[in-house]
Amino acid sequence: MEAQAENKVTEAPVATGAQTQDPANNATGSSMTDTQNVTGSQGKPAAHETKSHSIDISSMNRGEGSSLSLEQETTCLDVRNMDLFYGEKQALFDVNMTIPKQRVTAFIGPSGCGKSTLLRSLNRMNDLVDGCRITGEINMEGQNIYQKNVDVAELRRRVGMVFQKPNPFPKSIYENVAYGLRIQGINKKRTLDEAVEWALRSAALWDEVKDRLHESALGMSGGQQQRLVIARTIAVKPEVLLLDEPASALDPISTLKIEELIYELKDKFTIAIVTHNMQQAARVSDYTAFMYMGNLIEFGNTDMLFTNPKEKKTEDYITGRYG
Amino acid sequence: MEITTETHSHHISQQFNNELEDLKTHLLAMGGLVEKQVQDAIYALTEGDSAVAEEVRANDRNINEMQIRIDEECTRILARRQPAASDLRLVMAVTRATSDLERIGDEASKIARHAIQLAEEGEPPRGYIETRHIGNHVRNMVKDALTAFARFDTDLALKVAQEDKAVDLEYRSAMRALVTFMMEDPRSISRVLNIIWVLRALERIGDHADNIAEYVIYLVKGMDVRHSSPETIEQRLSND
Repeated sequence: MEAQAENKVTEAPVATGAQTQDPANNATGSSMTDTQNVTGSQGKPAAHETKSHSIDISSMNRGEGSSLSLEQETTCLDVRNMDLFYGEKQALFDVNMTIPKQRVTAFIGPSGCGKSTLLRSLNRMNDLVDGCRITGEINMEGQNIYQKNVDVAELRRRVGMVFQKPNPFPKSIYENVAYGLRIQGINKKRTLDEAVEWALRSAALWDEVKDRLHESALGMSGGQQQRLVIARTIAVKPEVLLLDEPASALDPISTLKIEELIYELKDKFTIAIVTHNMQQAARVSDYTAFMYMGNLIEFGNTDMLFTNPKEKKTEDYITGRYG
Repeated sequence: MEITTETHSHHISQQFNNELEDLKTHLLAMGGLVEKQVQDAIYALTEGDSAVAEEVRANDRNINEMQIRIDEECTRILARRQPAASDLRLVMAVTRATSDLERIGDEASKIARHAIQLAEEGEPPRGYIETRHIGNHVRNMVKDALTAFARFDTDLALKVAQEDKAVDLEYRSAMRALVTFMMEDPRSISRVLNIIWVLRALERIGDHADNIAEYVIYLVKGMDVRHSSPETIEQRLSND
């Protein structure tokens, strides 16, 4: 964006320069007054330009952070009175929250506070855990995803998930990304090629791998593998992307790439991310939920939560204090 | 969430506790020095003591030095600890407060300069009552603003903001009196002008103390009350 703005600035004088030259050339034979008029008419647009330098204060509200509020958001997922038990042990206590559409929602909290559990229940990953029992509901577009008639495979296509450790399949890069589409029955080469390229581009990986699409995915670096897994997840065009500590096993540069990717992807997807890295949550998210001992303690605008949290427990956690 | 003076001393990292504690201590030390500068400058003026005034001028360098040191500390904490919530607000409030304290120091130094000029002219004091009055007033404001910072006391901070309005009124009426002096006796213009500059400096000191008080409210309550009237501040504090 900045580069574009600069271009405009540099273009403008060039354009006016060209304009002034033309009349000057035409008027070569004519008297001095004509050329003076030309310079006089130049002065006018210049005066207009100075006007445009006045600062629009509202444009300083960059990053929309300061004006975000949950009331104005469209709801993507709506969690209502949710309790979750692993056998006898209750892991989530009466969680109520809405995950806004096309925003990044971060979950933070100490280990064992239930944030991963909550994230996993958003695409029924907990169904695979023995003795896991859930009461309450999670609504996606008005439908409770825990209803009996819900097709879990279809739900998981709509709500994709990426885990802490990159888990590419032992196949080629291309086949990894195409996998989800193939199991949907799409085998047409052109469609697959397009989808793979789109997904890899969206995951900011295309330029690095376009020449070795048919090499094994296991030969990639950790950061690349993680972005490949994200590409695989978004290839099937889900609505929601769940990220469970997507950058915890990566070096700082790869981490920044993943964070940049999250920023790029939020235009298209609703993103929920669990992270132990509080600065990461502060950097990437629009909304932050703080969880503690299975309770949702505070949920709100990230800017507010990190500068002036309402709850003492949140304050203590994000500033690194003991309660 | 409202915080107390104890808030910054319960980090898991003892080192971080110490750093924040040092930061507060250094700011208050700087504040103490600035407060003394203001007091000495007023004394030098009203007593015509140019030796004290010279001292004030020399001490200003220490204040500038302290500002740089404290700002360095803040930068280091931001870079190394990435403070959040009340810790972040403390660091922000301290950087802002140092720049206001430094400006108060500059104003004190200006007063000292005029005090030297007036003392050298050695004519009978005129307009000193006004300066002494406002001087004491703003000195107390600086003191209260710093006490409010030390105790995280928003009530006291609010009082400082209210005082600032009173100082502005006093400043205006003192100005009127001085203009009358000048009209009565044009020969006095040059020295009365000096006193006007002093009044101006004192009024500015009041403004800076008011700023510091606003940072205290930001630090404790997390609300930015800059550029609002004392009434609005009072209302927002009572709504909280």
